[in-house]
Amino acid sequence: MTPQLAIFFVLAALAVLGALNLIIQRHPIHSALSLIVVMIALAGLYLLMGSEFVAAVQIIVYGGAIMVLFVFVIMLLNAGVEERTNVSKLAGVAGIPLAVALLGFLAAAIARSNESAQAGVEAGTLANTKEISTMLFKDFVYPFELTSFLILVAILGAIVLAQREKS
Amino acid sequence: MISFLNANATIIIYLVKIALLLFIVLTVNAYLTWFERKVVAHMQSRWGPHRVGPHGLLQPLADGAKFLLKEDPTPAGVDKFTYFLAPLMALALALTSIAIIPFGPEPLHILGRDITLGIADLNIGILALFAITALSVYGVALAGWSSNSKYPLLGGLRSSAQMVSYELSLTMSVVGVLLLAGSFNLRDIINAQAHHPERGIFGWNVWPQILGFFCFFVAAVAETNRVPFDLPEAESELVAGFHTEYASFKFAMFFIAEYTSMITVSCLCTIMFFGGWLSPFPASWTFTHYLPSVILLPFGLWVIWDGIRYETIFGRLVLPGIGTVLTVIGIALAVPQLQFVNEFVQGPFWLLGKIFVFLFVYVWMRGTLPRFRYDQLMSFGWKLLLPVSIANVVITAFAILMWGAR
Repeated sequence: MTPQLAIFFVLAALAVLGALNLIIQRHPIHSALSLIVVMIALAGLYLLMGSEFVAAVQIIVYGGAIMVLFVFVIMLLNAGVEERTNVSKLAGVAGIPLAVALLGFLAAAIARSNESAQAGVEAGTLANTKEISTMLFKDFVYPFELTSFLILVAILGAIVLAQREKS
Repeated sequence: MISFLNANATIIIYLVKIALLLFIVLTVNAYLTWFERKVVAHMQSRWGPHRVGPHGLLQPLADGAKFLLKEDPTPAGVDKFTYFLAPLMALALALTSIAIIPFGPEPLHILGRDITLGIADLNIGILALFAITALSVYGVALAGWSSNSKYPLLGGLRSSAQMVSYELSLTMSVVGVLLLAGSFNLRDIINAQAHHPERGIFGWNVWPQILGFFCFFVAAVAETNRVPFDLPEAESELVAGFHTEYASFKFAMFFIAEYTSMITVSCLCTIMFFGGWLSPFPASWTFTHYLPSVILLPFGLWVIWDGIRYETIFGRLVLPGIGTVLTVIGIALAVPQLQFVNEFVQGPFWLLGKIFVFLFVYVWMRGTLPRFRYDQLMSFGWKLLLPVSIANVVITAFAILMWGAR
């Protein structure tokens, strides 16, 4: 086992355990903390693939900004321990088979695309900050701008909703 | 044994470097508290610590012993796991960020190996630092939440809102520097400021990036929760803010984390805007290489002169000793036979000198400025700092398009 593979398994186990813990934990803050662990483990996986930029951005945006807002809102609302409800019948009947099917699809897709992804990693095409920016601001500039416009609309909507009505 | 050392030399060198850096940073931290108390005291016409050791120099040791020996009660009703995690996270993240700082241009040659000054020389240097800063909010926020108490919760809420707000300006304000350097790497950023060695101080990023520097420094002070942005621990309103319920060494961990991030911010200001290890004088003025001696020699002599007249016998023994060491170093740096040592010392000398100036500015602000009100803090961050830093990015980008990066 190469060191890379060993690190991969540690990080992958961390991500999966974090995700499981996210569901099992009953307190919102503990769930949010588990989600942060997942985010950081994913960043580690990106780092392992040699894309430092994406790893750093993953931590800054997801681990930092977004999860801080989660924690902030949980603290602001002072959300308590969740109550455990019985699993609904629909979840048992439809949810579990659907989850298994999704898992199967994902596994099949990963097994098929294994070699091309491997080749991409080895060529180091994911690594370069310059290439990422060329991709975002040149090749896919219209989808990128459209996404940012969508986010702008969402922000404006949030402001309108949050604004108190003036008498 | 020798073969084992040779085979794992890289790892061993790294471990030794990490241990050494940790030791240095923690010692500097301890003496930074002494320095802060002394400087603020003199600003307020007091003497500051002067009972423990000559000039209070052993005060940090006494404080450390006190931190270790005090009772460490855990308040009732705290969320145990998070309560213990928060100070650990704050300290670990603050200390990790130091690892990315490079401390000198030339590697040290020992036993045929090149040892670079600084631990991790990352391609994404500055981004990695921002990633660590982004996570360090949790230390404060979780400490506030898990304490199960009103004041810490308010402090934690304030700090997470404040840090999220100022992180944006912090990140935007360095984009100008990154555009000028064309790299995230801290060494590249310093080297980009050395393109015109004859300009000396006028080649540094602070001149074209004066707006960026203003935004960066203000945002960084806010990120480190220092005066005038120390609302998360405003003692007149919130007792001690987020760490009210922490005692003993857990409190010390927050304290060390705060001072370590002060050092990191000073390092970053120096590296990104003030030329890092570059001398402020033109490169052809080689006589300025004697400046370390010129500063150390009189200072050492002054410490000796002050020491032999000190009130306590302990001080009369220790202070002249320190003074002699400083004088000898000062003389050694001026000896022609040790020219290579002098050359090597130049980079770290300027870097550490500038860092010291920034640390002094931090303390100076604490001694002078009053605290912001919370709404002022928020409107300052969002309505002034963020637009100015975005404008700075746009202006810099246009200037580079028109005239090139240098």
